[in-house]
Amino acid sequence: MSDMRVLYQEVILEHNKKPRNFGKLEPCTHHAHGHNPLCGDTYTIYAVVNEDTIQSIMFEGDGCAISKASASMMTSRAKGKKVKDVEELIEAFREMMTVEADRTDGPALELSPENEKNMRHLQVFEGVAKLPSRIKCAILPWHALSSALKGESESSTEGDNDEWETI
Amino acid sequence: MTNNINWTEIRKDFPVLDNKVDGKQIYYLDNGASSQMPIQAIDRISNYLKYEHSNIHRGVHTLSQNATDSFEATRTLVKQHLNAATTDECIFTRGATEGINLVAFGYGDKFIKEGDEIIVSGMEHHSNIVPWQLLCKRVGASLKVVPMLDDGTLDFEAYQKLLNKKTKLVAIIHVSNALGTINPIKKFIDAAHSVNAVTVVDGCQAMAHMKIDVQDLDVDFYAISAHKTYGPTGLGVLYGKAELLNKMNPFLGGGDMIKSVTFEETLLADIPHKFEAGTPPILNVIGFGETLRYINKLGLENMAAREKELLIYATDRIEKMEGVNIIGPDVSQKTAIISMTVDGVHPHDIGTILDSRGVAIRTGHHCAQPIMNRFEIPATARASMAFYNMEFEIDMLVEALQEVQEIFS
Repeated sequence: MSDMRVLYQEVILEHNKKPRNFGKLEPCTHHAHGHNPLCGDTYTIYAVVNEDTIQSIMFEGDGCAISKASASMMTSRAKGKKVKDVEELIEAFREMMTVEADRTDGPALELSPENEKNMRHLQVFEGVAKLPSRIKCAILPWHALSSALKGESESSTEGDNDEWETI
Repeated sequence: MTNNINWTEIRKDFPVLDNKVDGKQIYYLDNGASSQMPIQAIDRISNYLKYEHSNIHRGVHTLSQNATDSFEATRTLVKQHLNAATTDECIFTRGATEGINLVAFGYGDKFIKEGDEIIVSGMEHHSNIVPWQLLCKRVGASLKVVPMLDDGTLDFEAYQKLLNKKTKLVAIIHVSNALGTINPIKKFIDAAHSVNAVTVVDGCQAMAHMKIDVQDLDVDFYAISAHKTYGPTGLGVLYGKAELLNKMNPFLGGGDMIKSVTFEETLLADIPHKFEAGTPPILNVIGFGETLRYINKLGLENMAAREKELLIYATDRIEKMEGVNIIGPDVSQKTAIISMTVDGVHPHDIGTILDSRGVAIRTGHHCAQPIMNRFEIPATARASMAFYNMEFEIDMLVEALQEVQEIFS
């Protein structure tokens, strides 16, 4: 399998082509816009949270195959889950994308059995972690979901400034 | 072969092109972002640093005088390249962006007033949009935009309708960095002058690829970038008509731009030094001089003819690919830039797959987001060629694009 086939695994390509939970969710209790100003990838995550559970979640926006598949798989994994479990999953995903790919001493986070399973599914993104220029693509939707759950409406891969200065 | 020039031999003047990165051959097709310097200019910079470095316009010592002479020799070469009337009209800046900002502050803040209008085109690089938006905000002027047509050219009729007696400045790109479109800027400049507006042309993508004659164009300001013209980064030139430069505000204050300083009054230096505060990037200027000598020797017309051959070759091959779309005008109206999209594939994924084959292109909005919005696309994949590129590099580009399509099929 060529390097590119490792990166663009069938699962990623399939989610890119047919993204799950794609579209606007109205009304919703939480939403956040995630944006990578360097490459233009832009997604909005919508969620209905009720009794500490993500009852429904959708996303819309545009970007590369990595970011779109990441958003699609993230929403599939998050739907119907407790907020605290999803927050743990976000941390685990971020860790997978940001720690050195050749780490052998196992995950630092103690994950619930459910999230252990989730992370096995999400391992298709491990190839992205080896490409510094693309890591932000995979993480962007997760940043946006994290912001939405915190009640923030904007997140950017370039800094945390909520107030965007305009001319 | 163009005029019997052996381009394979010429290519050896650019060692980076056949260098391997991580054991991988690189196919450099990103000249629109930054072009490569010939070894002659690299050696010149190296020798200057080893044996000739000193500050300029200051010391009476020989080393300083020699450095000043080498520095000013580049200004003479720039004057010849642009066919400026005098060397005083050629100002060294840190880049074309600084050159445009110099006009916005030096000319704009002094002469553009509330209610005035500034026209830019829908094809501009952000560097020829944002300085004017900032100026409009400072002085209360408004910005008007010349729309772009479906074929990637500017709507001249719409431009003529925008021009009126409130129009005080027209800022326009000579060659589009995103699409390669060569704009008929003489026509745009003449029309601007008919309402007494001054003209600012962004020539970043033009100087390396065609003869520029600022007197024939009758352009008021013309900004170029050295590193897009086979020179070093950190350097640009702003051409300006002397009568305008003389009456403008200075831009940056500091050493070298004054005749005398007291706490009561400071006398400004004459142009071009009025706009060259602080120690300039001396080694870059001297290196760029060697680049211009190199261009003179090879012949800009030969370089342009070779680039046209490469453009036609690449266009023929890419046009035959189903699902690959070239954005922009046909080969007769553009420089050697091919901006494209592949059906069903985001340009960043194209860029990553091409990079895995060693093919270096630019993907993204090319600092020209309004163009992307115009064509309702998020980004394009842009291959930009220079005279030192070879057909085998284009073949590799095509092969890598085929792999993109296979992976995403």
